[in-house]
Amino acid sequence: MAEFKHRNIIALRDLTREDMELLLATAENMREINSRDIKKVPTLRGKTIINLFYEASTRTRTSFEIAAKRLSADTVNISPSTSSATKGETLADTALNLLAMKPDIIVMRHAVSGAHYHLAKKVSCSVVNAGDGAHEHPSQGLLDLLTIRDRFGRLDGLKVAIVGDIAHSRVARSDIQGLTKMGSHVFLAGPPTMMPPVVEKLGNVTVCATMREAIQDADVVIMLRIQQERQGKTLMPNAREYSRYFGLNPENLKLAKPGAMVMHPGPINRGVEMSSYVADGSQSHVLKQVENGVAVRMAMLYHVCGGELE
Amino acid sequence: MNLLIKNGRVIDPSQGLDDVADVLVEAGLVKEIGKDLKASAGVETIDATGKYVVPGLVDMHVHLRDPGLEYKEDIVSGTRAAVAGGFTSLVCMPNTKPAIDNKTVASYIINKAATEGFCNVFPVGCITYGMGGERMAEMGELKEAGCVAVSDDGRPVANAELMRRALEYARGIGILVISHAEDLALVGEGVMNEGFTSTELGLKGIPRIAEDIATARDVMLAEYTNSPLHIAHVSTRGSVRIIREAKARGVKVTCETAPHYFTLTDDAVRGYDTNAKMNPPLREADDVAAIKEGLRDGTIDCIATDHAPHHLDEKDVEFNVAANGIIGLETSLPLSLKLVEDGILTINQLIEKMSFNPSKILGISRGSLRAGSVADLTVIDPSVEWTVDTETLASKSRNTPFAGWKMKGRAACTIRGGAVAFPRH
Repeated sequence: MAEFKHRNIIALRDLTREDMELLLATAENMREINSRDIKKVPTLRGKTIINLFYEASTRTRTSFEIAAKRLSADTVNISPSTSSATKGETLADTALNLLAMKPDIIVMRHAVSGAHYHLAKKVSCSVVNAGDGAHEHPSQGLLDLLTIRDRFGRLDGLKVAIVGDIAHSRVARSDIQGLTKMGSHVFLAGPPTMMPPVVEKLGNVTVCATMREAIQDADVVIMLRIQQERQGKTLMPNAREYSRYFGLNPENLKLAKPGAMVMHPGPINRGVEMSSYVADGSQSHVLKQVENGVAVRMAMLYHVCGGELE
Repeated sequence: MNLLIKNGRVIDPSQGLDDVADVLVEAGLVKEIGKDLKASAGVETIDATGKYVVPGLVDMHVHLRDPGLEYKEDIVSGTRAAVAGGFTSLVCMPNTKPAIDNKTVASYIINKAATEGFCNVFPVGCITYGMGGERMAEMGELKEAGCVAVSDDGRPVANAELMRRALEYARGIGILVISHAEDLALVGEGVMNEGFTSTELGLKGIPRIAEDIATARDVMLAEYTNSPLHIAHVSTRGSVRIIREAKARGVKVTCETAPHYFTLTDDAVRGYDTNAKMNPPLREADDVAAIKEGLRDGTIDCIATDHAPHHLDEKDVEFNVAANGIIGLETSLPLSLKLVEDGILTINQLIEKMSFNPSKILGISRGSLRAGSVADLTVIDPSVEWTVDTETLASKSRNTPFAGWKMKGRAACTIRGGAVAFPRH
């Protein structure tokens, strides 16, 4: 098996296609562990992993924690509130204090894009990005890749539509990096207020004028979460109008290829990004994504520790 | 002390002079420029062979951080950095703590600079009290105290009515208004230029139009009120175009840019380098081209630094929370000389933009080597190659994106009021 050369996983932009292939292959192996009766291997026994979550997240934090525990690592969860952090201690000071306790990996979520690069300059342990601002969410990107590959057996030559708030989405950026490097063609749709400038330059990416155009004949439709509290003010009139023009329902899903996959990074605003008929329907792979999340995160933790599979 | 600067290429745009000559300085004034001047007893001689001898450089946009924020910079360290960079005069912005919105603070700065500083310091007062954007500051008294302009630099005057009245009032007093042209609603939570790089890095963007719209508004107000206006730190192609068109119509508008806006693009932000975080933000290649064209065709009158020192603790943090701004006094001259090397400006035009024009715009009696002028001179070695080492900078702060850059040209000697304020050994 190829060698994984990165000490940190901060962005899929920093990884090559080969790096991602390796992580996906390892995740597939890890999946077998998750289906056992006793879901635990000693691979990372004696390793300490700190989950440092500056932003609340139930599913990603739990997924990383389960991933670490299934590999027998010891985990600690820390959730400094952003407000107490701004009152005094800097991220770098927090990190150095944690580092003094000799962790092997810090898994961090942070509201500031690029915060992980800042952290990685300060610490000698591995840094794994569990989401930074509107930059990247590499574990989500990889689990999306794995879920899509499970269905099609490949990632190249697929038409993948990503619909919603691209500008503020770290999931979209990781998906775009991962998918286009693996040979898929990504079509984006969303209100122009939520489309970042010159996004086409990120890779094999087409910006569509309408949602219809993006999902027409798509193999995969990825719907993004709308953060209503944030967008309410200037980016769109309201959720009702948004769902009318950018919501996925059984009707417009028919434009995609028959049996096209429907995905969503969660949590879903039911009736906004997609109707419950779609979210719970036969084409939805939402729960499969969550399931793959554990395996992908096991693979990530395993590789940054540079360990050997026993 | 009297000085004789021998054999330099004397460049003085104020009198169209560009010739190898000697400059004799007596009693703090330029006595004579000519060939083969003889030194009498007690005259110190400086050999300027192969060097430029120019009127002392004037930086019309500096943040000295004194009073109130001396941990970043103070009048002593800031003026030391100035003379090391070849500047004999600097103009300091009012966003100190307290702000320069009253005579007392202005006097403190002038007095401290006079007794402890290494170069001349001309303060800029506030347009509005506490830069709060609500009530006009006492511009008359600020001028009397020695302020050479008013500005809320760092913040725009958001209220167009107030800006209109400030321009009218300042015209009556005879003090220049300097605009920090930025529409804060369009800036929003942006932390870098809006473009492909912000898309890729996932950082909130500041669109060019945030500057363009504010520039257009203030230019129109200047036109309507028939008042002089100076636009600070121009960074966009749109602003250059708006100012060019306004000048063609006869609007009394002048402007400046800073070396980073014709040297760097927003690519410098990659890696989330907080030393590339500034306001206005670094723009894109076509903006850089437009800035150079604006310098070339005379739309942009001055090169200023917007020297903005910040402590390491304010920069060595996550990008979003890092302070805006970079230091510039010690890198401005070599970065600007590159414009001459690249054929964008002649050396005469460059000296005009770094000395004569800012003096003229501000109405300060500097920027000229005419006989009888104050003997502020800079001797520039245009060919010396050096590397920016942040350890050896005179500024208290180290926030520069040019650390480790190879530079060509720098001040060899800075003379202020006839005395050597900075010799480079």
